[in-house]
This record gives sequence, C-alpha cells and structure tokens, in this order.
Amino acid sequence: MASTEEIRSSLAEIVNEIAGIPVEDVQLDKSFTDDLDVDSLSMVEVVVAAEEKFDVKIPDDEVKNLKTVGDAVAFIERAQNG
Amino acid sequence: MSKTRVVITGLGATTPLGGDVASTWEGLLAGRSGARRLTDEWVQNLAVQIAAPVAVEPTEVIERVKARRLDRTAQLALVAAREAWADSGLEDSGLDKERLGVAVASGIGGLHTTLSNYDALQQNPRRVSPLAIPMLMPNSSAAYVSLELGAKAGVHTPVSACASGNEAIWLGLDQIRLGRADVVVAGGAEGAIMALPLAAFGMMQALSKRNDDPEKASRPWDVDRDGFLLGEGAGILILESYEHAKARGAKIYAELAGAGISADGHDIAQPDPTGSGARRAMLRALSEGDLSPADIFHINAHATSTPQGDIAESIAIRQALGKEADHAVATAPKSMIGHLLGGAGAVESVATVLALKNRVSPPTINVDKLDDEIDLDVATEQRKLPDGDIAALNNSFGFGGHNAAIAFKTL
Repeated sequence: MASTEEIRSSLAEIVNEIAGIPVEDVQLDKSFTDDLDVDSLSMVEVVVAAEEKFDVKIPDDEVKNLKTVGDAVAFIERAQNG
Repeated sequence: MSKTRVVITGLGATTPLGGDVASTWEGLLAGRSGARRLTDEWVQNLAVQIAAPVAVEPTEVIERVKARRLDRTAQLALVAAREAWADSGLEDSGLDKERLGVAVASGIGGLHTTLSNYDALQQNPRRVSPLAIPMLMPNSSAAYVSLELGAKAGVHTPVSACASGNEAIWLGLDQIRLGRADVVVAGGAEGAIMALPLAAFGMMQALSKRNDDPEKASRPWDVDRDGFLLGEGAGILILESYEHAKARGAKIYAELAGAGISADGHDIAQPDPTGSGARRAMLRALSEGDLSPADIFHINAHATSTPQGDIAESIAIRQALGKEADHAVATAPKSMIGHLLGGAGAVESVATVLALKNRVSPPTINVDKLDDEIDLDVATEQRKLPDGDIAALNNSFGFGGHNAAIAFKTL
C-alpha cells in the first residue's frame, strides 16, 4: 500500500501535468482552487487521472469535498484501504 | 456616405513553409514545396499518403499547459494571432478592447479533439476530456484568440469550407465599416491532416495521389494535375480603420479595399463550370473597393490543382476582368503549401498583402506544361509588379458553392 507521501507525490505529478503547477507547490495543506489555481474543469481531469493512477473510484459528488491536496490524499488512502 | 477605409497593420502565419510570416514569404518567393510523404502508422492503409504539415509544431511555441487545452487548429490560430498582434504594435497603443473584434474561421473545427475523444469514449466514458466541447467547437479558435488578446467587440467564426478564411476577412471588414469595431483580428486556421479527412477527400477523388513524388503533387494549372494536397496552418491579419491606424502612427502594409461574397447555387462539391458565382464575387470585391479591372496586377488564385476547379476559376477571372486579365499576374501558393482549407484564404491574403507591399508575385511551382484551357498570365518564376497604385485579388472558393474574393490595394 502506498504511503501518504507517495500518494501526494504522484498526485503532484498529475496536477503538474494538467495544470502546470510546480510539483513542490502541491503540498497537503494547499487548496486546489485558492492556492494552486486549479479550475473546475482541470479538477475533473485531475480526478479522472487520479482514479486511473491509484485504481480507485472518486464519485463526482465527492469532488466538491476535496478542497485541499490533503483531502484528496486522505480520500485516496481510504479508498485504497476500503 | 463615404466608406470607412480599412488597412492591414499586422500579419501572422504558421504554414508548411515556416513558423512565421518571414519564413513563409521567403519560402513562397523561393518556390519551395512544403509537401512530404507521411510516415505515421495511421496512414499506411490510405490511398493518399502525402500532405503539407506545418514546418513548426505549435506545441513547440505555445506554453505546455495552454497547448493541452487547445485543439491543434486553435493552437495554429493562436500562433499566427500572437505574431500578427505583436507586429501591429496595438498592445501598447491604448486601444479600447471593446472596439477590438475577432473573426477567425475554420472549415472543419476541432477534428483532432473530436476523434481522439471518440476513441477515449470507446474505452471508458470517464476518459472523455471535460474540455472536449470547448476544444472541438468550431468557434474555439476565435474564442481563444479573443481570450488571449482581451477582445471584447464581436467574436465571430465564419464557416464556409475552403472559403472560410476569406469570409472572415470579409466579415471583419464589415464590422469596421459598420462602426462596430476599430480593429478586427481576422483570418483562419486548420489542422486536419488526419486519416479521416485524407480518406474522405480521397474518396471524393479530390486529392492528388502522387504518393511517390509529394513535392510534385500540387500542380495548379499544369496539364497533369490530379487533385489537391492537404495542408495545415493559419494566417491572421490585423484589420484596422485607416483613421485609427494613422492616429497612432501604425505601420501599414496595404489597404483592404473590398470583399465580395457570392454563392454558386449549383452543386455541393463541384464548382459551377461557367464560373458565374466566382465572377460575381470578384466583381463585388472590385466595386466595393471602387476598383476597376484595370487596377488589378496580381491575382492570388484559389487554384487548388483539381482538374475542373482550376479551369472554372480561369474562366471566371476572364469574365470578371476581361482583357485587363492580360496584365494581372496569376499565382497559386497552393502549389507550395497545399490546401489549408479554412486557413487557405487567410494565409493567401497574407501572401497577397506582401506581394503588393514588396511588389513581387511569388512563383507557381510544378507548371511543367500549362493546361491549354488556362487563359491566365501564370508566373512560374518571381515576377516584379509595377510601381504606382496597383491592386490585387485573392480568391477562395468552398464546398457548398461559397465564393469569397478579397481586393487589396497599395497605399
């Protein structure tokens, strides 16, 4: 099972690929919209890429709850363990 | 009421001959071909395996994250628009952006996006990009150009197949003459060198099949022509009211004197063999520009290298200009860059403006033996244009019977 840091790091690569945010800026306390300037359509792309990368399902209804990078990492960890 | 005079104050292009206006113009003057045999895996089953791809990949020029949100067609449009905008010097001119319009055409729209997302859909609907619609919609190029420049007058996308680029210039001219804008960023783009268009145009018997000799494939007016060569690219012109351009001391390339549109009302794909619709478009462009056939010294012909189309246009030019066509040099850039579909009229308008500005007609290549039925003064080498006030026509015709002619003149 991937560690929190491994998930954060992989997610950072996805966010970089899609939105061009430097990977070192994608830290657990950062808000996708307020800090990283990831818009709603890019967020959909990030979610789908994360689903494929981590082999989890992230329901559309859940996306609005993933405000920070930490929220997303925690969701992925729970989904992988569940 | 006198007409508002409109001039060209900026040019941009990305074509099979170069990633900007200077390299494209140099290639045209040198008679260079941008054609090549495609080697991609997807081309192996196709009857037609040749095309004229852009010389510089747009993704090498546009920032990576921006590029991935744009269809290839919009990428090409953006490259050309950035160059034209910088060339115009308008950014720091204090232009009111509510007086800045955009008219960027495409013949097909975001076909790369449409097809790649259809492939994604077959695998998994969640793989369809949330950006697919804004990328594939035909107005995507015009919209992204307006976003880039902050243009807030009308943003338009004429769609008239291969006449689209010229129709955008026609539309932009009207916006300024109607007082709706002071400046319009006008042109067209197309990035559709893909299996589907090659197969579909091929099935229409519209494309040259000279797979073994791609540089000789596009040969407008030559007796052995067998169809057009599919190209890609974009051209953008900055149209500006003369008063506005003069007030800011802008560099002016030429005057956009008039534009004429007509429809054949004849057939969805075949040109009217009598040339009647094309003749009316040219005459409208002349009359709107207060020009007479005697003023025309250079004709950038549509001349795609199809057997019927080239003859119909020659007939139309003769009908429109009569004996005055004797002193008009005819040139066919498609012999070098291929057919850019929705980008064709725009790139060739850029070439026409430069021909007037530099007083030289680029050559038409591959005219080894001029077809007897072509009654035009075809330049097979560079030809100097005379001094004094002269004018030029640029023709574009599209499937559906669309005819669009633009008249430019020296200033």
